[in-house]
Amino acid sequence: MTVRRPSGGAARGTIMSLLEVTDLQVRFPTSDGLVQAVRGLSFTVERGRTLAIVGESGSGKTVSTQAVLGLSPGADISGTALFEGVDLLKLDHEQLRRIRGAQISVIFQDPLTSLHPLYKVGWQIEELIRVHRPDTSRAEARRRAVELLGLVGIPRPDRRVDDYPHQFSGGMRQRAMIAMSLALNPKLIVADEPTTALDATVQAQILELIGRVQAEFDIALILITHDLGVVAGIADEVLVMYAGLVVERAGRRTLYYRPHHPYTKGLLESIPGSSGARNGRLRPISGSPPSLIAIPPGCAFHPRCPYAMPVCAAERPPLSRVTGTASGGTAGDGDHASACWLPHEAVGLGPDAEALRLRAKEA
Amino acid sequence: MLLEVDHVVKHFPITTGMLVKQTVGHVRAVDGVSFELSPGETLGLVGETGCGKSTLARCVAGLHPITSGKVRFDGDDITNLPRPRMRAYRRDIQVIFQDPYGSLNPRRRVGSIIADPLVVHHVSSGPALRRTVQELMERVGLNPEHYNRFPAEFSGGQRQRIGVARALALRPRLIICDEPVSALDVSIQAQILNLLKDLQDEFGLTYLFIAHDLSVVRHISDRIAVMYLGKIVELAGADELHRHPRHPYTNALLSATAVADPDEAARRRRIILVGDVPSPIDPPPGCRFHPRCPKAGDRCTVEEPLLNPGDHQVACHFPVSAGEDLTAPRSRGWTP
Repeated sequence: MTVRRPSGGAARGTIMSLLEVTDLQVRFPTSDGLVQAVRGLSFTVERGRTLAIVGESGSGKTVSTQAVLGLSPGADISGTALFEGVDLLKLDHEQLRRIRGAQISVIFQDPLTSLHPLYKVGWQIEELIRVHRPDTSRAEARRRAVELLGLVGIPRPDRRVDDYPHQFSGGMRQRAMIAMSLALNPKLIVADEPTTALDATVQAQILELIGRVQAEFDIALILITHDLGVVAGIADEVLVMYAGLVVERAGRRTLYYRPHHPYTKGLLESIPGSSGARNGRLRPISGSPPSLIAIPPGCAFHPRCPYAMPVCAAERPPLSRVTGTASGGTAGDGDHASACWLPHEAVGLGPDAEALRLRAKEA
Repeated sequence: MLLEVDHVVKHFPITTGMLVKQTVGHVRAVDGVSFELSPGETLGLVGETGCGKSTLARCVAGLHPITSGKVRFDGDDITNLPRPRMRAYRRDIQVIFQDPYGSLNPRRRVGSIIADPLVVHHVSSGPALRRTVQELMERVGLNPEHYNRFPAEFSGGQRQRIGVARALALRPRLIICDEPVSALDVSIQAQILNLLKDLQDEFGLTYLFIAHDLSVVRHISDRIAVMYLGKIVELAGADELHRHPRHPYTNALLSATAVADPDEAARRRRIILVGDVPSPIDPPPGCRFHPRCPKAGDRCTVEEPLLNPGDHQVACHFPVSAGEDLTAPRSRGWTP
């Protein structure tokens, strides 16, 4: 996969990406067999930008970032993950710990299990600051904790700083997690399903908050989610994962309006009210995702694909550039790549693209 | 009317003391809810965590005794019937639960799980029973040859199909679907939604469909009721509710629902509500939504608004008119 620079000139060419992951493979040996969770994933994240990784359960979206951050014990990992030129996968435990939390912070799905129930929220933020910056005094760390809680919209932070996590509501806990992730001015935040456990109105509050702090502090964001609705509002670039591989990569608008991969198209047509399911009946993807122990040969999606051709079962399609003839995409919306044997022009949800796909299948 | 729910109240007592229990308060989970369901109709019930939607469903299904109010099924009063008499109505009212993992006994075979209602109600036995079960499995898209498998051998979507087959076994007239697709991946979710629609057409089923996801509810429902803190705040036709939401809470909920369409997401003006849902133990006086409401006035703090009669019911003193802007957040004395 080529390294993409932010559109807009000045940064082009010379500056390295913030995070550059190349050919990441993650396997878990189990008694049932080898679980191939990630099978050669490459992506880049630029400073201040948002990359969304979308996929269903078991697509490898969470495992891939956890492996990069050294959070998947027992995994057999290969590939490279350059963070400002340093390969995270080659660092020892202690070196990685210094980067994790300080330069790269993580927001998990469930804030109740990521906050320690027996320590005050403020104390946990202070501790994080003092572990990474041992010369900070207690009073200073506390002042910073109050400031951070105020920044993420916790009312009366000077008092709430002494609350325990169970005294916070779900939305407030997630705010506290965001406060903690900002404590050491990170360059990258990995948000793994940050709003999945939350109600719609609270989800809207948290997404707005993430967007605001990201813009304010110029932080890059990797947003991992199963929810294409969340992505539609905030991502710059989207990766769609299936069975441990990227099946499609595109700018946000391109992905929703001009998808190429039948899996992406299928997802869009499955969601009530989405760009792909405008009227009437939903068109679900048949079958269910494969076991990661016995992944189908060739394209892993072929047993569920309505356009599968003989080549699909025989050979794995590479992730390659697609350019719809009538598309033009949206200027500055990133390049568009898909891992599918269908003709490169077959993009979009309209009847023309459908005709192209069906013709390719018949041929 | 197939189902009439009339001022149903469900309070759970909060007790202290080990030997002598003392009631110190009540969780007012459902606090005076009324609606009706016609045969063949789907009523969607939406609301956020803790609004009482699942408790209401369990009250309707007779799984919780209710504190006050009436539930009528096909004209008969079925409120708090004793077990043996309720049994007759259980054939007609079935439930599909959210969690396809927790609602199936892991140590029993799928065939016998689906057969259970038929055996309990003495509908069928012997070879005929097996045939009926296999027909049901086939109807919901399961392989009938998997009759002897255990739930663990099925995926989440297939388990939910088992739940649907079990609910369908007695040919009920009303099925209460409590978040039936929330635990499923989107591609599977669509399969189950389509299945539920097909079954409704085929058997003339009536659904009470509970979910927190407004897009899912809109897709499947004829009418939608929005709940907040134990009360229905708005009830209208599915499209009408989406086009002309009148309660400020419905407006906020609609604007907050993530939509998988970037242009639509960009057009949206999100109403960001202040604070969190108050506790149902001690709900705010007057309109329960007033501490978070962008339109609340003095009247809202003292006088509780009632649902107006008609096709588009709304419980609000100052309903939202078309084109009104609610996006400036504002709080009236909200304390966390």
